[in-house]
Amino acid sequence: MSTISEERLDSGHGGAPSGFKLGMLLNDTRYRSYTFQFIALVLLILSISYLVSNLIANLEEAGLNISWAFLAEPAGYDINQRPIEYDSQSTHARASIVGAINTLIVAFLACVTATILGVVAGVLRLSNNWIVARLMSVYVEAFRNVPVLIWILIIFLAMSNAFPQPRAFRGEAPDAEMWLGLFAFTNRGVYAPSFINGAGSTIFWIVCVLSIVGVFAYRRYAKKLLYDTGRLLPMGWPSLAILIVPPVLAFFLLGSPVSLETPELRGFNFQGGVHLRLSLIALWFALAIYTGAFIAENVRAGIMAISKGQTEAAGALGLRPGRIMNLVILPQALRVIIPPLISQYLNITKNSSLAIAVGYMDITGTLGGITLNQTGRAIEAILLLMLFYLLVSLAISAIMNVYNNSVKLKER
Amino acid sequence: MSDTHSESVGFVRKTFIEPAPPPAREAGAVKWLRENLFSGVVNSALTILSIIFIVWIAVSVYPWFANAAYGTSSLAECREVLEGVNAACFSVLQERGNQMLFGIAYPSEQYWRPLLAFVLLFVCAVPVLFSQYVPRQTLIGTALYPFFAYWLIWGGTLWLSIAILGLLIAAYFVPKVIAGLPDGARSGLGLVVGGATGLLLAYWLAVGGLNLWGLASGFAEGGGTGGMIGAVLFYAMAAFVAVTFIPMGIFTAYAVWQSAERGLLLSTVTTIAFLFVALNFVAGPLAGVLNGIVPIELEAVASRDLGGFMLNMILGTVCVSLSIPLGILLALGRQSSLPFIKGVCVVFIEFIRGVPLITLLFVANVVLAYFFPPESNIDLVLRVIIMITMFAAAYIAEVIRGGLAALPRGQYEAADSLGLDYGQATRLIILPQALKISIPGIVNVAVGLFKDTTLVSVISMFDLVGAIRGPILGSADWAGIYWEAFGFAALLFFVVCYGISQYSQWLERELATDHR
Amino acid sequence: MKKSVILGALTVAGMAAGAASAATLDDVQARGTLNCGVTTGVPGFAEPDADGVWQGFDVAVCRAVAAAVLGDPTAVEFVPTTGKTRFTALASGEIDMLARNTTWTFSRDVDLKFEFTGVNYYDGQGFMVPADLGVTSAADLDGATVCIQTGTTTELNLADFFRSNNISYEPVPIETGSEAVQLFLAGSCDVYTTDRSALAAQRANFPTPSDYIVLPEVVSKEPLGPLVRHGDNDWGDIVRWTLNALITAEELGVTSENIEELAAGTDNPEVNRLLGSEGTLGEMLGLDGQWAMRAIMAEGNYGEIFDNNIGEATNIGLARGLNAQWTDGGLLYSPPFR
Repeated sequence: MSTISEERLDSGHGGAPSGFKLGMLLNDTRYRSYTFQFIALVLLILSISYLVSNLIANLEEAGLNISWAFLAEPAGYDINQRPIEYDSQSTHARASIVGAINTLIVAFLACVTATILGVVAGVLRLSNNWIVARLMSVYVEAFRNVPVLIWILIIFLAMSNAFPQPRAFRGEAPDAEMWLGLFAFTNRGVYAPSFINGAGSTIFWIVCVLSIVGVFAYRRYAKKLLYDTGRLLPMGWPSLAILIVPPVLAFFLLGSPVSLETPELRGFNFQGGVHLRLSLIALWFALAIYTGAFIAENVRAGIMAISKGQTEAAGALGLRPGRIMNLVILPQALRVIIPPLISQYLNITKNSSLAIAVGYMDITGTLGGITLNQTGRAIEAILLLMLFYLLVSLAISAIMNVYNNSVKLKER
Repeated sequence: MSDTHSESVGFVRKTFIEPAPPPAREAGAVKWLRENLFSGVVNSALTILSIIFIVWIAVSVYPWFANAAYGTSSLAECREVLEGVNAACFSVLQERGNQMLFGIAYPSEQYWRPLLAFVLLFVCAVPVLFSQYVPRQTLIGTALYPFFAYWLIWGGTLWLSIAILGLLIAAYFVPKVIAGLPDGARSGLGLVVGGATGLLLAYWLAVGGLNLWGLASGFAEGGGTGGMIGAVLFYAMAAFVAVTFIPMGIFTAYAVWQSAERGLLLSTVTTIAFLFVALNFVAGPLAGVLNGIVPIELEAVASRDLGGFMLNMILGTVCVSLSIPLGILLALGRQSSLPFIKGVCVVFIEFIRGVPLITLLFVANVVLAYFFPPESNIDLVLRVIIMITMFAAAYIAEVIRGGLAALPRGQYEAADSLGLDYGQATRLIILPQALKISIPGIVNVAVGLFKDTTLVSVISMFDLVGAIRGPILGSADWAGIYWEAFGFAALLFFVVCYGISQYSQWLERELATDHR
Repeated sequence: MKKSVILGALTVAGMAAGAASAATLDDVQARGTLNCGVTTGVPGFAEPDADGVWQGFDVAVCRAVAAAVLGDPTAVEFVPTTGKTRFTALASGEIDMLARNTTWTFSRDVDLKFEFTGVNYYDGQGFMVPADLGVTSAADLDGATVCIQTGTTTELNLADFFRSNNISYEPVPIETGSEAVQLFLAGSCDVYTTDRSALAAQRANFPTPSDYIVLPEVVSKEPLGPLVRHGDNDWGDIVRWTLNALITAEELGVTSENIEELAAGTDNPEVNRLLGSEGTLGEMLGLDGQWAMRAIMAEGNYGEIFDNNIGEATNIGLARGLNAQWTDGGLLYSPPFR
C-alpha cells in the first residue's frame, strides 16, 4: 500500500515529464493512482445522478415533491413530556425540538446510570468474593446476550403490571402508600417532589452552586498544598461543611425561599411535583442496565490490563484494597476504559431511538413518528432525523476525545 | 556444635515428622469459604446480601415455573386452570411457539425446510469455524450451502440455484480462457470488449450528464438558497461529465484493449460482462429448461412470509456474511493513500456509524423505494438486508481498520521490498494477519448485529419480537401475556449469542500464536 | 440507466417482486396474487389466526377483490403495515391496495395522492374507561391519562377535543394496539381511545368485557375505506365497484347462498347486470361477466361479511348502526349498477 504513496511523492517534483504516453496513465505507478481516483470520482457522480434522477422520477410519478414547509405548520398533536413550552398548536419544528431534548434527557440519564452500574459490576466481577463475582458474571452475560429491545419491552410491561395504579393510593385504607410521603411509585411512573421557588430563591441557588464550586476549590487547594509542601489538610469534614453550611445559612437568612411541592392525588392522577413517566423510566433503566453490562466488561478489561505488580506495589506501600483501586488501579485503567466507553455512550444515544417501542416521545417518536405519519413527508423527516443523530454522535465523540486526550499517558 | 548438642540434649529425633494436616480452618471447604466469601467485614456483608438476593429470586420465581399451566388454548383458560395462582402459562409456547420460530405466514407443513437449513448451517459452518481440525476440501460444502439454503427456504426450483452456481463457476474460468487464447485472438477480443465498454461508458455518462443537467435546472427553477446551492452543484457535476464523457470512453476502450497483453483489466471486464449477461438472461431460462426435463421443485414461499426467529437468523447470517467482504473493502479504502477514495470511505463509515439502525430501517422501509428505478419494486426483506449489510459493514470496517493499524509497519515494508504489488501484498501478507487480529471484534459486531435484527419489528416485520408484539399479543386468546413470550425470545437469543461469544473466546485462545 | 447491473442480478436472484407500473390490473394478473395491505392485527378487522390465515372484515374486502380479478379469493398476499408504513407501501407499489381501516381525509386524498374507493365502515373515535371509574361523559376526563394508538388521526382528534373543551390530559402514545390494551388493562391509563369499532373489537378480548364501558361521545367522523394509488383509474374502478357490488348485493338480497340460483337469471334487471347475466359491466372494467359474482361468493355480501366478522353474533358484537343499508336508515348507499 505504500508503493503508491511513495511513488507519488517521487513524482511531486514537477509537471508531466516529456515523453508522456497515454498508456502511462494505467501502467505507470506515478499516474495510476490519479487515474483510479478520477474513475472513482466519475463513478460517484454517476451513481449520485442515477439515484437522484430516480428519486425525482418517482416523486413525479407519485405527484409528490420535496418541501420543508410542513415544519412551520401546526403539529396538531400533544406531547406528554415537555421540557420546553409546547402545545398542539405549536409547529412541527417545535415538536421536533421537544423530541430532540427528550432524546438528550434519556440519553444523559442512561449514560450516567450505565457508567455507575458498569464500574460497580466490572470491579465486583474481579472481586475475591466468589459469590459476588459469579452474580456479576450472570448479570453481564444475561444482559449482553439478549437484544435491548426485548429488555425495554419486558421492563416496560413488567412495571406497568407490577406497580399499583394511582387509584390504589386513594381511600381510607389504600392498597398502596407513598414512600416517605414524598414519592409515589405508580404504574404510570414515579411522582417525586419538586421545588417551588419563592422570593429570593435565585440567591439561594447561587449560594448552592458556589458552595459546590467551593468544595472543588478547597480540594484542589489541599492537593496543591500536599504536593508542594507535604502538609496534609483534612478532606472530609471541611468539604462537608463548605457544602452544607452556606446553603443552610442562606436558606434561613432569606426566609425559606424554596419549598417542596409534594405530589398529591387529585382527580385521576397525582398532581404537582415531578412526574417521571413510565416510558422514560423503562427506556432509561433498560438502556442503563443493558449498556452497563458492556461497560462492566470494558472496566474489567481495563483493570486486567494493569499489571499485577501495580497492585502488589501499592499493597507494599501499605494502601488498603479500596485505596489501591481508587488511587492506583482505576486512574491507570481509565486510559484503557475511556475509548470503548465513548462508543458505549454513542450506542446509548443511538439506542434511545428505540423509545418508539414504549411511546417515549423522543425525536424518533415526534419527528420520525407522528410528524412523519401526519404529514407523509417521509424523506424530509428521516433526513432531518439522521442529521440530528449524526450531529449528536459527532458532538459526543468530540467532547469525549478532548477528555480522552487530557487523561492520555503523557510520555516524555 | 553438634558435639555440644549431642551431649547436652537428651533426645535427638532421627526421622522426619509426617507433615500434619493444616488446621481445620485453613483447609478444605472452610478455608475456601473463609478466603472467598468471608475474608472481611465488607466481603461477609456482600456475601450475605448476595445469598439473600439469590434465595429471594429463587423463592419468588420457582412457584411461577413449578405451577405453570400447559395445554390450554387461551390465556383465559390458563387463568381458570391456575385459579388465581400467579404462575406461568406456557401454553402460549405450545400454541404459538411455531409462529415465534417460523413466523405467522410460513406454511406449517413446510417447517422441515428452514429446520433442515438451520441444521445444515451448523454442519456447513464447521469447516469455517473449526478450520484447524477439518480438511480444507470440506469448504466446498460451505460454499455450496448458500445456494442450497436459498432453495430450501424460498422454494421454487433447485435448478435456479444450480444454474446460478454453474454460471458463477463458469465466470471463474473466463480469465483463464482469455489467458489461454492466442495473442492475435486476445488482441481482437480486447478491441471488441474495449470498444463496447468505452461506448457503453460514454453512453452512461452522457445519460447521467443529461440527468444532472435536468436536476440542476430543476433546482434553479425551485429557487431559494438551497435551490441555488443544488443548482450550482449539479451544474458543476454536469459540466464535469460533459467534458469527460468522450475522453473517458476513449480512454476506457484504449485501456481495455491495451491490457489485452497482460490480460488483467480485459479479463475483469469480460468476466463482469459475462456475469451480467449470464445472470440476467441465461440463468432463468436455463433453470426453466432444466426443470422442464427433471423437475426438482419445492413450494415457493414469498419473502414476506418469512418471520419469527427464522427471520432473525436469516437476516443475521446473510447480513454478516455479506458485510465482511464489504467491510474489508471499506477498511482498505479508509487506509488507502488515495485521498479521494479514502474520503469517500470515511464519509460513508462515519455517516453509518453516526445514525441509529432504526433510522436506516426507516430508510429501507419508506425512503429506499424512491431511489430505485420507478418500475422496479424491491422486496422489503431485500431492502432491509441491504441497509443492515451497509450498517454492519461500517462497523466491521472499523474493526478491520484496527487490525490493519495494529500490524507492524515492517510487514508493509517487507511486502514492498519483496516486489509485491498492492493487490498481492494485501491479499498475501496484510489481510491474513489483520483479519486474524480482528476476529474477536468481528464476532462482537456479528453478535450485536444479530441482536439488532429484532429492530425490524419496528417496521412491521414479524420477526421473533414482531410476531410476539403483533399477532400473538394482539390476538384474542393471548392478549395480556408477556413474560412467557418475551422470556422465550430472550432465552433463544441468549443461547445463540452466548454460544457465539464462547466460540469467539475459544478461537482467540486457538489463534494466539504469540509466545507466552 | 434504467436497468442497472445490480438490479438485474437481483431480479435473477428471484427476490424482486413484480413491477409496479401504471397498469396495476395487468401486474396483479401477471403475478397471480393481489398484494393487500392490512393492519398488524385488529381482532375482527384483520388478524392472522393460529394457522397464520388472515381473517376479518377488511381482509374480506381484499379477498373479494382477489376473487373478482383473479378468480381465487385465496390469491392474496397480506402485507401487515403500521400507521407509518402503510402509505409508503402503497405509494411505492409494494401493495396494490390498502384495506387497513384508514380514515378518508382531505389531506390523504389530495396531498398524499391516494384514491379512496368508498367507505366500508363508518366509524368515529370514542373513549373506553373502566366502569368503576365513575365517568359517564368524556367531559369528565379532565386530567386523565389517555392511551392512544399512534400513527392514525386519533392523536389529532384527541388534541382537538380536549383543546376545544378546555380540559387537560396526559397522552400516552403506544405503537401497537396490543400494547395499548395491555397498558389500559393494567391501569397505566384511565382511558383508551381509538375508533369505536376497534374499541369494541378489543374489549371483546378483555378478561371481563363488562367491566369496561365505551363513553357515548363520538369525537370524530372516521369513514374507513380501502384506497389505491392516484393515477391508475382503471384499478381504482375495480376496487371501488367490487366494494359497491358487495353493498349492492346486500341491498338486492343477493347472498352467497342464493347467488348460484340468481345467476341463472331473475326478474330484477339490476341483479342480472350485477351478476353478469345481462349487460357487459364486467367487460367495461376489463374483467369478465362473473367478476361480481365471484366477489360476492368469496365471503358473502356486505351484510354477511359484517355479521360473520364483527356483527352482533360474534364476540366483537358491533351493531350495524350507521353501517346499515340506506333502506334501513344507515349510510350505506351504493351507486346503481347501470
